[in-house]
Amino acid sequence: VSWRAGSLPPVMCAGDQSLFTSLYTSLAQQLPKEPMEWRRSYGRAPKMIHLEANFVQFKEELLPKDGNRALLTFPFLHIYWTDCCDTEMYKASVKDDMLRWQSTLRLHGSVDWLIVVVESEAKKKNKTNILPRTSIVDKIRNDFCNKQSDRCVVLSDPLKESSRSQDSWNSFLTKLRTLLLMSFTKNLGRFEDDMRTLREKRTEPGWSFCDYFMVQEELAFVFEMLQQFEDALVQYDELDALFTQYVLNFGAGDGANWLGSFCAPVKRWSGLLLRRPIDMEKRELIQRGEANLLDLRSYLFSRQCTLLIFLQRPWEVTQRALELLHNCVQELRLLEVSVVQGALDCWVFLSCLEVLHRIEGCCDRAQLEANCSHTVGLWTYATEKLKSLGYLCGLVAEKGPTSEDLNRTVDLLAGLGEERPETVNSLQSPYKKLNEALSSVEAFEKHYLELSQAAMEMYRAIGRMRSSRLIGKSLAEFYMKKGDPERAEGFLDDSLRSYVAEGWSLQVTHTRKQMAECQKLLQQTEDYLQTSALLAGDANLTEEERKHFYQVILTFASQPPTVALSMAAFAQLRQMQFSPPGAVVHVGAALQLELRVRCLMPVAVQVEQLAATLHFSLEQGGARGRAGGTQRRTGQGPQGQGDGVVLFPQGSPLAGAGMGASLPPALELYEMQDRSPSDSSLNSTGVVCKNMHLLLRRHDSSRSSVTFSLLVGLSSDLPPLSTLSVGRVQFVQSHIYPVVQYEVYSQEPQLTIEPLSDNLLAGIPQKVKFTIATGHYSVKKGDALQLSNTDSMPILHSSCCSATILSSTGELVGERALSVQSSEKVTSISLPPTPPYHTLEFQLEVLCHIPPTPFKPDIERLTNGEVRHRPKNHSQADSGMIHIDQKVSIDCPWSIYSTLISLTFYVPFKAKHSILSAGKRKYIQVCLQNVSDTNFHLVDPVLTERQPTIPVELLSFNAKTQQTVCSQQSVFCLWEMRWVKHLPLCLQCAFSASFAPVSASDAHTAFKPYRYEFQLDRTLYSLKAEILPSSGDQHCRTGALCGLEVSITRQAEPSETEGEEEESTEIEGLRTTKLMYEVVDNSSNWAVCGKSTGVVSMPVAASATHRVQMEVMPLFAGHLPFPNIKVFKYLPHSAVPAIQPDTDSCLENDTMSLLDKGLDDQGDTASIRSRGSIHSVGSGEQQRGLPMPRLEPFSPGQVFYWSQGRQVLVLPVTDDHVMEVNVT
Amino acid sequence: MAVCIAVIAKENYPLYIRSVPVQNELKFHYTVHTSLDVVEEKISAVGKAMADQRELYLGLLYPTEDYKVYPSHMIIVYYTPVCIFFLLIENILLYRHTRYGYVTNSKVKFVIVVDSSNTSLRDNEIRSMFRKLHNSFTDVMCNPFYNPGDTIQSKAFDSMVSAMMVQAS
Repeated sequence: VSWRAGSLPPVMCAGDQSLFTSLYTSLAQQLPKEPMEWRRSYGRAPKMIHLEANFVQFKEELLPKDGNRALLTFPFLHIYWTDCCDTEMYKASVKDDMLRWQSTLRLHGSVDWLIVVVESEAKKKNKTNILPRTSIVDKIRNDFCNKQSDRCVVLSDPLKESSRSQDSWNSFLTKLRTLLLMSFTKNLGRFEDDMRTLREKRTEPGWSFCDYFMVQEELAFVFEMLQQFEDALVQYDELDALFTQYVLNFGAGDGANWLGSFCAPVKRWSGLLLRRPIDMEKRELIQRGEANLLDLRSYLFSRQCTLLIFLQRPWEVTQRALELLHNCVQELRLLEVSVVQGALDCWVFLSCLEVLHRIEGCCDRAQLEANCSHTVGLWTYATEKLKSLGYLCGLVAEKGPTSEDLNRTVDLLAGLGEERPETVNSLQSPYKKLNEALSSVEAFEKHYLELSQAAMEMYRAIGRMRSSRLIGKSLAEFYMKKGDPERAEGFLDDSLRSYVAEGWSLQVTHTRKQMAECQKLLQQTEDYLQTSALLAGDANLTEEERKHFYQVILTFASQPPTVALSMAAFAQLRQMQFSPPGAVVHVGAALQLELRVRCLMPVAVQVEQLAATLHFSLEQGGARGRAGGTQRRTGQGPQGQGDGVVLFPQGSPLAGAGMGASLPPALELYEMQDRSPSDSSLNSTGVVCKNMHLLLRRHDSSRSSVTFSLLVGLSSDLPPLSTLSVGRVQFVQSHIYPVVQYEVYSQEPQLTIEPLSDNLLAGIPQKVKFTIATGHYSVKKGDALQLSNTDSMPILHSSCCSATILSSTGELVGERALSVQSSEKVTSISLPPTPPYHTLEFQLEVLCHIPPTPFKPDIERLTNGEVRHRPKNHSQADSGMIHIDQKVSIDCPWSIYSTLISLTFYVPFKAKHSILSAGKRKYIQVCLQNVSDTNFHLVDPVLTERQPTIPVELLSFNAKTQQTVCSQQSVFCLWEMRWVKHLPLCLQCAFSASFAPVSASDAHTAFKPYRYEFQLDRTLYSLKAEILPSSGDQHCRTGALCGLEVSITRQAEPSETEGEEEESTEIEGLRTTKLMYEVVDNSSNWAVCGKSTGVVSMPVAASATHRVQMEVMPLFAGHLPFPNIKVFKYLPHSAVPAIQPDTDSCLENDTMSLLDKGLDDQGDTASIRSRGSIHSVGSGEQQRGLPMPRLEPFSPGQVFYWSQGRQVLVLPVTDDHVMEVNVT
Repeated sequence: MAVCIAVIAKENYPLYIRSVPVQNELKFHYTVHTSLDVVEEKISAVGKAMADQRELYLGLLYPTEDYKVYPSHMIIVYYTPVCIFFLLIENILLYRHTRYGYVTNSKVKFVIVVDSSNTSLRDNEIRSMFRKLHNSFTDVMCNPFYNPGDTIQSKAFDSMVSAMMVQAS
C-alpha cells in the first residue's frame, strides 16, 4: 500500500468519460466549498467537514479484491456519467454499459454508487423526436434504482450560467456529499471494528504489534486524507500508549514475544527525521518487523510531529519531543537494550536539534522568541548531551583526545550513517553539527559554547535565572577542565552569589570549592584565602577538607605579603562586654572591653595579634544633658542592656548547620508605608528588611568550637573595626552590627547649690548642699570658694564642717574637714584637694531674713559692685506663698568669672489685720496664716505702735504661752485699742512674733522673729443714707418713687501729713477735695432713677456735710436693705501724670480708670445740673481731656457707713393679692 | 517512592530537604533548586486566578532523564491562631518526567522528586504523599515552639518523610 501525503479519497467515474472530463474541473472546485456535518459512531461528536475527492477513471483492476481491507485506495463512491437523451441509444448501448458496471460493482461488494444524467438544451434541440426527458431518468431509475431513487440525479446544463443549472449543481453536490459521507461512515466504521477485533487479540500468541500498527496507521492515513488531523493524531497516540504500556509491562516482568525485536541492540542512532511527512524507510522496517525501539519511536514521533504541525501546535511538538527523548532513554534502560556508550547521547543531541530545526522551519522569529520557554528545554538537553559526548570523547581534557577516545568517536560517528538527502545541502544540519563538534577540540568548544549561550540567553529571557546559572556553572566546569579559569570565574561567581542569596548551603559549599580552585589557578591570593577561610569554617565539608583549607591559610600566613580577609569566615564576634557597664567614662579613665570571639576553624588557632580600630566621633556637649551630672545614661549597649553586655546575632550562617551563606548579607532595607485604603492617608510607616530570613536565622549553636575571651584596654572612642591576625594573614571585621559605642566625656567643673528639703523657708536657718563636680579640674590645696555676703542672707557657719569626696561612679573616696572663714564681705570656704572627675559635697547653713511686710522696693549694691536686684516677691498662685529669690555670687578657683546661683526662699507666713468695733471700743485683730508645709511654734505676739508719742494703749487679749500653728492654719491675735484724747488720724502699728519649727531641737535659740507692719487710718468721712417715702405717705410702696438722701460728713481735720496725700483745691479760699459717690444696688431691689453716680466737692473741714438727693424706686415689698453707696477719692486728670512714676505702683494701687466712664459722666453731670438737685462742682471740661481722672478707694476704716445693714419697710401697692391655685 | 523531598520557604531557601541515596544529595539540591524556576513561573501565571480558583495546575516541571520532580500547588489559608485549610491542586501526570510540587498559600513549596524508572507510581499516590506531607507540615507549624521560617527539625516530620522514602525502596 502506497500512500502519498496530500492524497484525496478516490471516487471512481464510469460512463461517458468525455462528459466527465468536461465537468471535472468545476466538480473538483465545487465539492469542498460547503461543509457537511459528519455524524459518527461510538458517540464521537459530529463535526463539519469539507469533503474533497480524487476523481479517477473506473478500472476494474483497481477495485479492491475481496478481503483486502486497504482503505487508502478504497473507492468510496462510484459515479456513472451519461448524457444520453435518446431512448433508442439508451436501450442500445448505455443500458448495457450500466448493467455491466453495476454487476462489476456488485461483484466487488461496492454498494456506494450514483448515476448522473447530464442534460443539455443543445442536445434536446438537435433531436426533436425524443421522448420527454423524464422518461430516460425514469427508465434508469426503474432499471437500476429499484428502491433507491436518489441514486440517480439529473444535472441540467452544467456548463451554462443559469440559475437552473446552478440549482441542479447544488442539489447534485449535496447528494454527492451525502453519499460520500455515508460511504465514509460505513466503510470506516467497518474498518475500525475490524481493527478493534485485531487489537483484542493482542494477548494471543503470534500477535504482532507491527501488523497492528500498520492497520491502525492506515486509519490514521485516511483521517489525514480527510483532513481530520485530530483524529489521525489520536490513532498515533493510541499506538504510542499501547506500546508504552507493553514496555512498562515488560519492565514489570510481563513480556510479550513480539517485543523481542524491539530489544535488538541499537546499531544506528541517526536521530529523528522530521523533514519528511512519512519516513518510508522506517515504516518499511516496522512493516517488516525489523524496527528496534528507537526506529519505532522515531517514526511514531515523526508522524505525530507532522500532524501537530498541521494542527498549528508546534509548541506541543517541543514538549512531546523532550518527553519522548527522556522516555526513550528510560525505556532502553528498562528493556536492557545494549547501546554503545555515547550512542544515545548522539541520538538525543541530533533529535533535539532536528526538532528545533523543524519548529524553526514552521514559525517565524517573533513566534520563536515568544515561546522560548517551550524550546529551551530542548536546547538545554542538547547542551547537556553534547557536553557528555565531549567528556566521553576526550574533547574537554586539557591534553586533547587519546587514541582510545578517537576510536570511540569513530564508532559513534559510524552509527550516524550517511547524512540524509534532505539535509545534505544545508550547512547547519544537526548531522553536520555533531560531526563537526566531535571532529576536533576547537570545534567542540565552539559548538558547546554556542549551545550553552543560546540556552542561557533563553532562560534569562524567560526569567529562569536559576536554570541559566546552572548552565553557566557547568560552563564554568568546562572552562576549568580546559584550564581556563579566567572565564570560569565569572560564572562561578554569579552562581555562588545566587546560592548565597537564597541560602542553599550545599550548593554554596560545592560552588565555593570550585571557586577556590579557580582562584588558586588565577593566583588571586586574597580571594583564594578568603574562600579557603570560608571553606575551612564550612560545616558541610568533612573534617579533612576543612583542615586542608585551614592549612592553606596557615601556609600563606608564613609568607611575606600581608593579606587582610573578612573575619566573618574565620571567627565570629559573639559578645562584647564593657566595664563599667554604662560604657561611659571620663577622659583619663580606663574602660575595659571584653570581647568574646568564636573561632570557626576546625582546629585550634594561635592568634598572634588582636587589634581594634575605633571610630572617633566628636559629639559636642549638650545633647546628653551633661549639666545634670547625675542623670547620665547607663547601659549604652545597643540592646539597652544595663550590664554593658552587647550580644551579636549568632545567626550569621557561619556556624553553619545546613545554612549556606557564609558572608553575612548586607541588610536590605526598604521603606514601607501603610496607607489606609479609603483616603490613602498614611497609617503607619516603617522600614522593612527584605532579607530578614538570612539575617535572623537561628542556628544550632551546640557545635563544638573554640571560644576565647580577650581583654583589650581601650582609651578612646568607638570600635567599628577589629582585626585578628594569624601570621601574615589578618582577618578584618569591617563593621560591627549592631553598632557598639562607648562614650568618653570631658566635663567643666561645676558648682551647684541645692536645698536639702523641698523648699527653703525664709526666716529660719536651713541647710543647703554644695556640690562640686570637679570635671577636668583638680582641686588643689588652698583653693577656696569665695561667697559674697549679703545682709539678707547670712551664711551661718560652724567650724566643724566636713566635705565628702565621691568618685565618678558614686563611691565614697574620703571625708575631709572644711574650713569656712567669714569676713565682713566675703565668706571663704577652703576646699580639700580633690582629684578630677570627682564630686565634692558639703553642707552649709544659711538664713534668709524675712523682709518686713509690705516689702519696699529697694536696690542695693553688692559688695563686688554688681547691681543687686531686689529680691522679687511673687505670690505663687497655687500655694499663696511669697518667695524671695536670693542670688549668691561665688568666685570659684577654676574660673575668673563669678558664678551666680539663685536660691529661692519662701516666706512661711502671711498676715492680715482688721479693726473690729464694738460701740465706741475698737479692737485690732491680726491674723497670722501659716502658708508653709511646716508646723511652727509661735510665742510672744506683740503689737506695738511705732509712733510712741501718740498716746494709745494696746491691751493684749492673747495667750502668753507658746502656740502651735499647724501647716495651712491661722492664728488670730487681738488687742483692744484705747486712747486718751482723740485718735490720731493714722496709726502706724507693728506686729511681731517669734516662731520656730516644731521639729527644731533647741527651741530656745531657734525662735526667729516675724514682723508685720501696717497702718490704721482714722475715719475721715461718715456716710449716712436715708430713704424717705414720697410725700404724704407713711411707708414706701413698691413702684412708687422714694427719696434717697445721702449725707457725707467730714469727720476730722486734715492733719499735716494727710494734707499732702489728699488732693485738695482751693476754691474761693476754701479747701475742698473731690469725692465721687456711687449708688449700686446689686440685689435688684431698687431701681435708681436718674443719676446713680456723681462727684462732690467736700470742704476740708471737720463736720462739713454734703447732701445728695436722688430718687429710687423699690421693686419689691418687704424689708429691703438699703442700696450700697460707695465713695471714692476723685483725682483730677491733671494730677495723674505726676503721681504715676512707676507702673507697678499704679497697678498695686488698684487704680480704677475712668476711661470707660467718661462719656457717661458727661451726660450725668449735665442731667444733675439741669435738675439742680445736687450741689455739684462739675468739671466737665476737665474730664473731657485725656488722660482721664482716676478714682482711688479709701483705705479701710477711713469711711464709716452709718447705714450699713439698714433696712426699710416697703409696702405693696395694694393689699389684694391674687393667688392662683391650680388644682389638678 | 520518593527519592527526595523538599520543603522550600517563601523566600526560596530550603526549610527541609532530604534525599536518598545520600551520595547524590548535591545533585538533588541542584535539581530542586532549579525547579524553583518553574514553580515560580507557574505560580505567577496562576497567581491572579488564585483567589477564586480552588484547584490549580502547576503542570510540567523541569523534567530530567533520571528523575521526576513533582510540584503541586496548595493553598493554605491561615486563621487565628494557626488553623490551616488546604486545597489540593490538580496535578496531572501527563508526562513521564515531572517533578511533583506543592505551593502553599504561605508560598511554602513542597517538591517531591521521584525516580523516573519507578513507573508504577500513580497520580493519586503522589497526591496522597503531598497530603501527608502537608498534614505533617501543618503539625510543625502548629508547634508553638516552632518559629516560622526556621528549618524544620521535627522528628515527627522527619519520620514521616522517611516513611515515604522507605516505601519507595
